[in-house]
Amino acid sequence: MVTETVNSMVPALAVLVSMVASVLILAFGKYPNIREGWTFVAAFTKFSLVISMLPLILDGKVITYTVVKMLPNLPIAFKVDAFGILFAITSSFLWIFVTSYSIGYMRTLKEHAQTRYYFCFAIALSSAIGIAFSANLITLFLFYELLTISTYPLVAHTETAEAISSGRKYLTYLMIAGVSLLFAIVVVYNATGTTEFSFNGIAGLETLERTTLIILFIAFMIGCAKAAFMPLHAWLPAAMVAPTPVSALLHAVAVVKAGVFTAIRIILYVFGVDLMETSGLWLNMAYFVSITIILASIFAMTQNNLKKRLAYSTVSQLSYVVLGAVLITQHGITGGMLHIPYHAFMKITLFMCAGALIVTAKKENISDMNGIARQMPITMLAFTVGALGMIGMPPVGGYITKWYLLLGAAELENMILIGVLLISAVLNAAYFFPVIYVAFFKKPDKELKYKEAPLTMLIPLVLTAIISIIIGIWPDAPGLFLDIVNIAVANVTGGGI
Amino acid sequence: MSGFDMIMVHIPLLTVVTPLIAGFLMPIVGWIDRKLCWYWVMAIMFVVLLMASSNLYTVITTGTIHYELGGWKPPVGIEYVIDLLNGFVCLIIAFIGLMVGIYSKESITKELPNKIIPFYSVFLLLITGLMGMTITGDIFNFYVFLEISSLSAYALIAMGDRGDGVVASFNYLIMGTVAASFILLGIGYLYAVTGSLNMADMQNLLPDLYNNNNKVVLAALAFFMVGFSIKVGLFPLHAWLPDAYTHAPSTASALIAGLMTKVGVYALIRFMFCVFTPAFVFDITRMAEILTWAAALAIIIGSVLAIAQSDIKRMLAYSSISQIGYILLGIGLANLIGMQGGLLHILNHAFMKCALFLVAGAIFYKTGIRNIYQFKGLGKKMPVTTLVFLIAGLSMIGIPGTVGFTSKYYLALGSLEEGMWIFVIVILLSSLLNIVYFWRVFDNIWFGHPHEVEHIKQDEAPVSMLIPMVILAALCIFFGLFAYYPLHYILEPLSEALIGSGVGP
Repeated sequence: MVTETVNSMVPALAVLVSMVASVLILAFGKYPNIREGWTFVAAFTKFSLVISMLPLILDGKVITYTVVKMLPNLPIAFKVDAFGILFAITSSFLWIFVTSYSIGYMRTLKEHAQTRYYFCFAIALSSAIGIAFSANLITLFLFYELLTISTYPLVAHTETAEAISSGRKYLTYLMIAGVSLLFAIVVVYNATGTTEFSFNGIAGLETLERTTLIILFIAFMIGCAKAAFMPLHAWLPAAMVAPTPVSALLHAVAVVKAGVFTAIRIILYVFGVDLMETSGLWLNMAYFVSITIILASIFAMTQNNLKKRLAYSTVSQLSYVVLGAVLITQHGITGGMLHIPYHAFMKITLFMCAGALIVTAKKENISDMNGIARQMPITMLAFTVGALGMIGMPPVGGYITKWYLLLGAAELENMILIGVLLISAVLNAAYFFPVIYVAFFKKPDKELKYKEAPLTMLIPLVLTAIISIIIGIWPDAPGLFLDIVNIAVANVTGGGI
Repeated sequence: MSGFDMIMVHIPLLTVVTPLIAGFLMPIVGWIDRKLCWYWVMAIMFVVLLMASSNLYTVITTGTIHYELGGWKPPVGIEYVIDLLNGFVCLIIAFIGLMVGIYSKESITKELPNKIIPFYSVFLLLITGLMGMTITGDIFNFYVFLEISSLSAYALIAMGDRGDGVVASFNYLIMGTVAASFILLGIGYLYAVTGSLNMADMQNLLPDLYNNNNKVVLAALAFFMVGFSIKVGLFPLHAWLPDAYTHAPSTASALIAGLMTKVGVYALIRFMFCVFTPAFVFDITRMAEILTWAAALAIIIGSVLAIAQSDIKRMLAYSSISQIGYILLGIGLANLIGMQGGLLHILNHAFMKCALFLVAGAIFYKTGIRNIYQFKGLGKKMPVTTLVFLIAGLSMIGIPGTVGFTSKYYLALGSLEEGMWIFVIVILLSSLLNIVYFWRVFDNIWFGHPHEVEHIKQDEAPVSMLIPMVILAALCIFFGLFAYYPLHYILEPLSEALIGSGVGP
């Protein structure tokens, strides 16, 4: 299948917008309203630019743009395909909500160093979009590292001893990952003379010896530590020390999704479906991530801190995405890719609810949340929507991706994987229902009055909850995520659109 | 022929002679008015930069320049030869010299108020020595310039911290003299067996000798390798370097760290490839292999020792030891990619390390602090300076988009091409170690004490110090994104020539 390419600098602009905004944020640091105004402007502009490319992508075209020839044979270049734009839309769209939410959160808590916070946030978003639009491994690596560095100040934001040590942990894991990724990139370049992603995988890799191939794959997967596979997941719960908007957008969407996005790019666009199948790597990887899916859910049950529980839930859900991709069947890949936006909407709702609880009720631990729904009914309703989605109950979006994943596993007639998916659904229920139960049905220790979070926080979380339902009811609405995913799947499996 | 053309012919010579004469005129300039010294240095360095650029431009467009001193034909007369290799290095010397020159104005006025005239005199002599070492095509003439540069460096370092500076300088003097003696012995041996001092001539004469397994030639090679290893501070012959870098005046540290070792590396390359032949150093004696292992060791140990330091200049000095390892590793790999990586790192490391030392100097200028654990709140006090530190530091780590990445990438690729996986791991491990010791500083500058810094007011270094730092930081990013240009125009043809047959004098 030949895809038509369009040359346009829009992807580069989409990446640059928040870079420019970050400078303006710094310049207007003394005027909070203007500073946050720039964040809004950047968020809207970014989303518009990303969405403006969607019609072309839905037409089955690919947008390319070469920024600079960094080294001979190694350009920094962008290529927007269906899979890339899926991630870009998710991140840039949610940035708008989180900007509003951040303002409410940071001002209510009177956090220090807010200019630095918005500055780093903008850079992190640029990096996320950069990762989405990368045309080759080197460009991807550039933004991958930038994302790590720009999110460090956000994790260490409070600058307490705990925050700094969590920040160091974060940095250690992700930098080791970066080095491993670089190693793998060098090996790929040495073997094939290119690092450019291709729908069928990079040609020439199949000539590598089997041992080298396995080492390469492992190095790549260590490189994807942002996807928080066990045992490389410990940075994610540690990063929960960050302000909640950071946990919401970055550690439920941008950073961790960048990890799984990279993992899928590598699995399907570097190795390719054929090589994954012939080398047998797919099944091993599927079992490997299955362990994470189950174990992380069990860990989640043991957490009393709500944000940490959500973090472990994220660890588990991320592996769904990778699991889908390594099933290398049409349905499996669809499920995996679709889980990127779907999980994003549901998990960001959950995190924003957790943040609202911290700001309004000053409560972080589930054991303190008896009857909290009487105080914050709207928040807890939104939380319930998110939780149902995670468990996979219709009509919230989550059931659709799980359905596709199950179909994929069923096609392979692999009982183990089917079992993993079913057990995981049960475990999800086991750690989300107690929260809902505590909030709605337990008697509060003292009388609670109705008091919700500020509107800047409440509106975003309600909207994302509503969207989580909409994407569950009309998953196949034209131009919506399923449409995009279908094109991406057709690209990699070689089928027609 | 117009007057301009007449001068143009002599530019290779003038590149060396201009700073020499200017250095000797410095006392007169200073006698008229001390403030003139800096302007004099600026003018001279600017002219030198123009001449160095013109040299390189001529080499790229028309080929190697041969200049016969006094009209005597080589091999009897002294010949100056400029090819891509030394044209490239000369330009780095001139550029870094200019940057450090701009910076020196305020820094020297504060640190050495009574020694302005001797400082600038010696400064120009150092540039002379380095330029001469680079441009000359005659190995004895090379030795003369080596001594000029070394003696000026001893003098500069001795002007530094009271007491410690003198001791450091004396240590360096001893080590440097040992190195110079080795090199002189090597030159003598080669002269004894070939009867020539011209590099190109020697390269023609030597193969006959070492094909007959001549022990004198082997001894000469060994002497050169040891001598230059001391000069560049290759582990384990690095002992002089940390003290010298730490206790020198800030300006001198930047100059010496940015340039001295680079020129040492240049000399090593020149002797390995253009006095001897690649076949000799790679295949017959396998000297290059020894070099790569020593370099790999230097990379790791330099980084580990850097982690142990709390004085920022000392930390940077140990980091230099590790970075010199990168350059030598690339050269020793003996393939095109590795060689390009090594040569590119000469340029890149000059930018990064010079910027870092300038930052250390600027912080010392404003606060008198060199201990990184006392850097609290500096991010607020000196935002521009610390930003430069961040960029240069990330560059040292090898974050893509900065110069540190491109050379690291090439070195890793070169190692892989030789099948030396272990070196790839060394390079990547060193990245991680770099993160450890730079991040510690970042943390101290920006994090860990939110409430203590609230009252700190901005108090930035003077503009004349900021300008060179900002330019260097900008170049760290520029050449990180546009590494294609130096690679395509200079380093690719150069590496091919070096690996292929050995170009040059």
